Amino acid sequence: MNEQQLDLTIQRLTHQLLENHLDLENTVLIGIQPRGVFFSNRVVALLKTQVDPAHIRYGKLDITFYRDDVRRGLHELNQTEIPFSIEGRNVVLIDDVLWTGRTIRAALDALLDFGRPAKVELCVLIDRRFTRQLPIQADYIGKPIDSMFTQKVKVYWKEKDGKDEVALL
Amino acid sequence: MQLSTPHLLGIRDLQPGDIQLILDTATQFKEVLQRPIKKVPTLRDVTIVNLFYENSTRTRISFELAEKRLSADIINFTASGSSAAKGETLLDTVNNILSMKVDMVVMRHSASGAPHFLARHIPAAIVNAGDGINEHPTQALLDAFSIREKLGSLAGRKVAIIGDIMHSRVALSNIYLLKKMGAEVTVAGPPTLIPVHIREAFDVRVEYNLRKALEWCDVANVLRIQLERQNQPLFSSLREYSLAYGVNKRLLDSLSKEIVIMHPGPINRGVELDSDVADSKQSLILHQVENGVAVRMAVLYLLAGGQSSN
Repeated sequence: MNEQQLDLTIQRLTHQLLENHLDLENTVLIGIQPRGVFFSNRVVALLKTQVDPAHIRYGKLDITFYRDDVRRGLHELNQTEIPFSIEGRNVVLIDDVLWTGRTIRAALDALLDFGRPAKVELCVLIDRRFTRQLPIQADYIGKPIDSMFTQKVKVYWKEKDGKDEVALL
Repeated sequence: MQLSTPHLLGIRDLQPGDIQLILDTATQFKEVLQRPIKKVPTLRDVTIVNLFYENSTRTRISFELAEKRLSADIINFTASGSSAAKGETLLDTVNNILSMKVDMVVMRHSASGAPHFLARHIPAAIVNAGDGINEHPTQALLDAFSIREKLGSLAGRKVAIIGDIMHSRVALSNIYLLKKMGAEVTVAGPPTLIPVHIREAFDVRVEYNLRKALEWCDVANVLRIQLERQNQPLFSSLREYSLAYGVNKRLLDSLSKEIVIMHPGPINRGVELDSDVADSKQSLILHQVENGVAVRMAVLYLLAGGQSSN
């Protein structure tokens, strides 16, 4: 997936989000640290050109403390920043790749500690359909990829890696 | 991302990178403590025993709270009311507790080196919560965290440690930590309470005049006069100590700059620190206590993580 395709996909996802959430009045967007945030930053930047930026509530969530493999090794910590209440709101979780589903499981647990959302949806750029280890599905999907469990999908972002690209390694 | 040591016995054994990692991790835990639900499930499969052979309020509550906020299972042990009073040895007590499948030991003991002894003999991770007159590493870490939070960094900061340097494990841990992180340290107090070779041993300044020490520093860490650790009187009376080395409002107001005041607690009000200073805006004392929970969560998390459960 090259830069242009990536750009078009993000635009489409942004429109799908607006289709379901209209002016985002009761919606909050939460990017999952660390790499989901590059994707959610793009989505939010596009949304700001479409709706009143004052309506956009955007947070970042680090799920490290909710991982199920703490005893196997530690992971880099990132900032969690949710400066608003999620109580009764529609939450859209945003991540780059949906693979085993364990990150999203942890994110759901983490999210519920911030309040009781009315509804939680999941938006991912890449959905690796056949590698799930938990019963978790995305509501908005940039591109489904059929790959073996042992393969690796890497999303590169200009801000971090110097290029926009999705590669199957 | 891992500490270079399996235990936290003292700041002496830590690398600067370890200290940095603990402080950075504590920043994330401090955010957790601001959440509506101040608890994360991170250590839910870890069992920790708090072994306190010596009195403690802050440290014990702070560790216990840190453990609970991390969802660990905990057992509290205090020497009084236990079989230690019947003459059971430290090693026997701990081995008995460990045979009930405990993963970590947080311990305070009046004998210097007690946690180091345990670390050589038992397979659990050990956190020193104060051993005799040796070290109190988590106190130094939370002091450093509080300084960093208030002043932005540790490197190049001038810290005066004032009072009973001789009997203070807080002083020793603080000196190790501050020197490792590039801060400048002055120890101040009456000559009888400052070890003779401290200047050469730790590359710190020594100052016997309180005003000069305060005039020099950005941060004054005022220590408690430890009456329980003094077998012979090293100054003539508390009143005299307070006159020469007590930090009061009038003294602070007469300085050319505003300095930050810290104290590890419990305060002897009116002896080493006056009430109007302890409760002033310059004082970080209650922030230190608040930060203590986050710092201890970071230590427990970093020591527990990576240990395979079998």
